[in-house]
Amino acid sequence: MSINEQTAARVAKLARIKVEPDALPALAQEFSAILGFIEQLNEVDVEGVEPMTSVTPQRLTRRADEVTDGAQQDKVLANAPDAREGFFAVPKVVE
Amino acid sequence: MSDLSKLTLAGARDALRRGETTSVELTETFLKEIEGARALNAFVHHTPEIALEQAKAADARIGAGDAPAMCGLPIGIKDLFCTKGVPSQAGSAILEGFKPEYESTVSANLFDAGAVMLGKLNMDEFAMGSSNETSVYGNAVNPWKIDERELTPGGSSGGSAAAVAADLCLAATGTDTGGSIRQPAAFTGITGIKPTYGRCSRWGVVAFASSLDQAGPMTKDVRDAAIMLEAMCSYDAKDSTSANLPVPNFEAMLTGDIKGKTIGIPKEYRLDGMPGEIEKLWADGIAMMKDAGAKIVDISLPHTKYALPAYYVIAPAEASSNLARYDGVRYGHRATLDAGDGITEMYEKTRAEGFGLEVQRRVMIGTYVLSAGFYDAYYNRARRVRTLIKKDFDDVFAAGVDAILTPATPSAAFGLGEMVDADPVQMYLNDVFTVTVNLAGLPGIAVPTGVDSKGLPLALQLIGKPWEEGDLLNTAYALEQAAGFVAKPDKWW
Repeated sequence: MSINEQTAARVAKLARIKVEPDALPALAQEFSAILGFIEQLNEVDVEGVEPMTSVTPQRLTRRADEVTDGAQQDKVLANAPDAREGFFAVPKVVE
Repeated sequence: MSDLSKLTLAGARDALRRGETTSVELTETFLKEIEGARALNAFVHHTPEIALEQAKAADARIGAGDAPAMCGLPIGIKDLFCTKGVPSQAGSAILEGFKPEYESTVSANLFDAGAVMLGKLNMDEFAMGSSNETSVYGNAVNPWKIDERELTPGGSSGGSAAAVAADLCLAATGTDTGGSIRQPAAFTGITGIKPTYGRCSRWGVVAFASSLDQAGPMTKDVRDAAIMLEAMCSYDAKDSTSANLPVPNFEAMLTGDIKGKTIGIPKEYRLDGMPGEIEKLWADGIAMMKDAGAKIVDISLPHTKYALPAYYVIAPAEASSNLARYDGVRYGHRATLDAGDGITEMYEKTRAEGFGLEVQRRVMIGTYVLSAGFYDAYYNRARRVRTLIKKDFDDVFAAGVDAILTPATPSAAFGLGEMVDADPVQMYLNDVFTVTVNLAGLPGIAVPTGVDSKGLPLALQLIGKPWEEGDLLNTAYALEQAAGFVAKPDKWW
């Protein structure tokens, strides 16, 4: 499948990665090459085959529904680019 | 003792226990080697203070008669592992300045076993790459050199491979999502094992593709791999896919006796245009297994061809989801914003500045294959193919095959920069022999068994049954003994 610049721009937007308009043609071309390679998968007969959810036949383990962690606000915020008064600070989200 | 840096993990362990050297002496030796090897760009964060403190503690433990498996042994840690208070960037600008407040389970297990951390090792950004050329730290360089060119140590665990091959540490941790332990091990003439999915906890290891990622050791030989793998493995409630199974004493299983074992040779791994040297390496390996008393059988893994395209749907899909967390809010880089920029601009600018081009490419491919209208056509189809790939392996193991022998890589190490103008898919072909193993969750090990006509190392891969790393390591040990690979790179750095 060939990806056009418009689709490349839409994917970049969905992925929240800023791509300058002059970079879109090359990006679209790379996507087309990679997706062309992936399309070999259409040769495989997958009728009646379940999509793999877990590579080992295991059930996810459950634990009691109780608090096991917490009360470490300083550590949680220690690497934040902008932390104020015990919170992560971000640009205004709601108008 | 003469040149301590040349010791194996087992050799150093035994020397320590006999009192022939100390952990401090070993550690100082390696710190000096690392200092002299800046040209390799293998170590990217140096932790000499931590190393010497751990070494002193280890010497005290050994003196007190309490010497666990890795006690006093200096190693390097791939930058993908979160190490408490020490930069852990996954080779990415987006984690610039990030110092975890916690320790990954694997590195914690190693430190509990007495290991000494010399520093953090270079890698492809977020483990996405096969040449260590996508790293924010710049290229790691292969200690093997045959002309004026600098060669890649492979990737993504390129720094780990270069450091072990150049005797900058006794061993190193690696991680493997599509071949990132086995391919660099092959390119540098060392041993690397990816255990069964679920053997090593993924907790505290920066996630790339969670259903494929596994940690493993990169070492000078098979015995060292057995020792270090055992120390890394554990059941961990903090990783929901961690296996609650006992961890065997892998080293004790190394007898070298493989009489009566059945080794499968998959015809689909014989690629068109495969270099004659790889063909010969493989044929020699088959002969060695046969001489050691194994039964050789031809097998078929019919969906092999589709492993790489399935991988390049599943891994980017998982990566696009995992890497959504790098948003400039909680840790790492945040772009400088212009007046009037809102939260969306913050995300977009932060991720454009923080992620390198290969990471951006894979995140966007993943976003595309998961997007409305394409999810079934790409992502679900790839997961169905993955089921068939695993079934191929299940069938041959059920038919009595104990291990599978294949080449580890389609070529020897190539020059840094040589693939720059190639289509991204050309670089992906490096993983053609290794990626099936991740998709099927199996253990796989790369063992150096020869050199090419120019003198560069080449390796074979052995693939084992799930949870039978001990048996796999023993088969690898037999191969190692038969191959007698002892070549080392000449020191030029």
